[in-house]
Amino acid sequence: MPEDTTRREMLGRFAQFPCAAMLLACCGPLASIAGATERKYNAKDHYYGMGIQVDRCIGCGRCVEACKAENGVPRQPFYFRTWIERYQIRAGGEVTVDSPEGGINSFPATEEDKDVLRSFFVPKLCNHCDNPPCVQVCPVGATFKSQDGVVLVDKDYCIGCRYCIQACPYGARYLDPRTATADKCTFCYHRITKGLLPACVEACPTGARVFGELKTLASPLRRMMRMSKLTVLKPSLNTEPKVFYSDLDGEVR
Amino acid sequence: MAERFEHLRAALGQVQGYIYPNEIELHWGLLVVLYPYITGLVAGAFILASLAKVFRVQEVVPTYRLALLTALSFLLVAPLPLLAHLGRPERSFEIFLTPHFKSAMAMFGFVYAWYLMLVLLLEIWFEYRADLVRWSQKERGLRRIVHWVLSLGSRSLAPEAIAFDKKAVYAITLVGIPSAFLLHGYVGFIFGSVKANPWWSSVLMPIVFLFSAIVSGIAMVLLLYYLTTLLRRRELDMKCLDKLASFLLYALIVDLSLETLDFIHRLYESEESIKILATLIFSKLFMSLTIVQILIGTIAPLLLLAGARFSSLPPELKRVAYFIAALLVQVGIFSTRWNVVIGGQLFSKSLRGLTAYKLELGGIEGLFTALALLVLPFVILFVLLKILPPWPEARADAEIGPPAPATTTSVGPGHETAKDATVV
Repeated sequence: MPEDTTRREMLGRFAQFPCAAMLLACCGPLASIAGATERKYNAKDHYYGMGIQVDRCIGCGRCVEACKAENGVPRQPFYFRTWIERYQIRAGGEVTVDSPEGGINSFPATEEDKDVLRSFFVPKLCNHCDNPPCVQVCPVGATFKSQDGVVLVDKDYCIGCRYCIQACPYGARYLDPRTATADKCTFCYHRITKGLLPACVEACPTGARVFGELKTLASPLRRMMRMSKLTVLKPSLNTEPKVFYSDLDGEVR
Repeated sequence: MAERFEHLRAALGQVQGYIYPNEIELHWGLLVVLYPYITGLVAGAFILASLAKVFRVQEVVPTYRLALLTALSFLLVAPLPLLAHLGRPERSFEIFLTPHFKSAMAMFGFVYAWYLMLVLLLEIWFEYRADLVRWSQKERGLRRIVHWVLSLGSRSLAPEAIAFDKKAVYAITLVGIPSAFLLHGYVGFIFGSVKANPWWSSVLMPIVFLFSAIVSGIAMVLLLYYLTTLLRRRELDMKCLDKLASFLLYALIVDLSLETLDFIHRLYESEESIKILATLIFSKLFMSLTIVQILIGTIAPLLLLAGARFSSLPPELKRVAYFIAALLVQVGIFSTRWNVVIGGQLFSKSLRGLTAYKLELGGIEGLFTALALLVLPFVILFVLLKILPPWPEARADAEIGPPAPATTTSVGPGHETAKDATVV
């Protein structure tokens, strides 16, 4: 502020604040009205995927818990939209995999075993395949790939034949015992269409899960994909998953 | 629902190795085992019927009508296990209304409707038309009304009309053979096209299904021919039985060869899944695959049939051997379906573990429902045999003309030689 400011000028400046505040208050709703048409969700403008940085996962199980809470997945340990697997690879090449209750309560500590060469956690979920076998086999078209690349199930249309569950190579589907229809991860469709992140991504304390746009160059997902060595699960089946794993061990299936 | 969770919790305790958590629930149970078993019988019985009509194998003519009625009884029941197994059976009509054309399963409605309406019902109607007209002319009471309704307004017994019936039956059978192949080959495709499942995914699956269908169909008609003839206190036509046994033997050899080829192919290619499949075969499936399907259900009837067919055993012993062989074949083919459907779900798609299938007794998908669905085709067949008796004496009797007997099936074989009266 200049040194020779008079008292009158000073008071005048103070008076500007409420005026500006009022103006802003009026602008807010106006701006949202103006922006309303622009922000309306248009599936065509998006193409979603997920990146999973395996080295960051600590197996805490917060994502599994968040998913069950957010999506009302039955609490019993037979129904999972996402789960975590723990791999222990021993010197002799034997591999032990476990996922007690899908990893929802994290993992029990293992005895110290010098034989174990590597141990790591792998979060699993629906891969939202670009070439989804589950969609191909659905006899009524109740499961489908939406324009934003998310594979969804219409529970009001599904007849519960479970062919999709058989066709999924990743075990990502289950039959919801309450509706007797197929269910699976939706990338938290109700959240992402509002610009929010999927619950599992939001809950992950280490940022192991990166959600975002696959076709926008500046998205966090694309950045992660540029910086990492990527692979997908069971690539030989040509399902073209849209969940990409970085630094994944070859033992993971 | 609490019961279901309890059931799943029990299954959780039987898991060996690692399976994906969603895989604890085994989705296609006993009812889905019944479906390919039943459609296989339909296709097989029809193919046997076509041997008489299209390939003019005279020896099997006595089984022709019986085979058609057997096919129809089983076809009427075929969709029931599927319907009972659906989570939302009340929405099943959506398969017909809004089918997803890329889905193999969506074609079910069309293949089924085509086979039922355009092949089986039409063929049976043309085959029986003249008899229906004659029966409705001579009988009294309920039988007259039933046969009159079933003749659908047709009254002509002119030689041209009967000649047309024969032509129609021939043409429909000609279309029916590829349709029967389609019906059961398609069921094999439903399993064979699941690339996620290495136990199912095989291009041979539809062919293996087809030949096992032929095996089971011929064996079923042989059993039914044997039983119905004995129950009616008639002589078994040994030429017919010999021919049925021969065809059963040939089909069994082809079926076994295809299965062996599939086995050797898997073993030789030795893909990623070979270890878990080997564990599966030697643990969970050892009993149902090695013992029941291969030894009891295939090798034993093969030896019995070959031994009896090409030996100089007295006919009484021969036919008992055929009967036992056909019975064993039924057990074998049922376990084949079991090993495909249940076996394909006993290992994890992570290829790291095995799960268990615990059969429930009650409930819509339980053992009792399955047994009821297995008995139902025989009940339907019993009714069909009453309405449309396939026996030669019923036919000859119809051609004799008045007076109308009180019971149409009680006429002795002597009447068969009666000259064709002036009905025509």
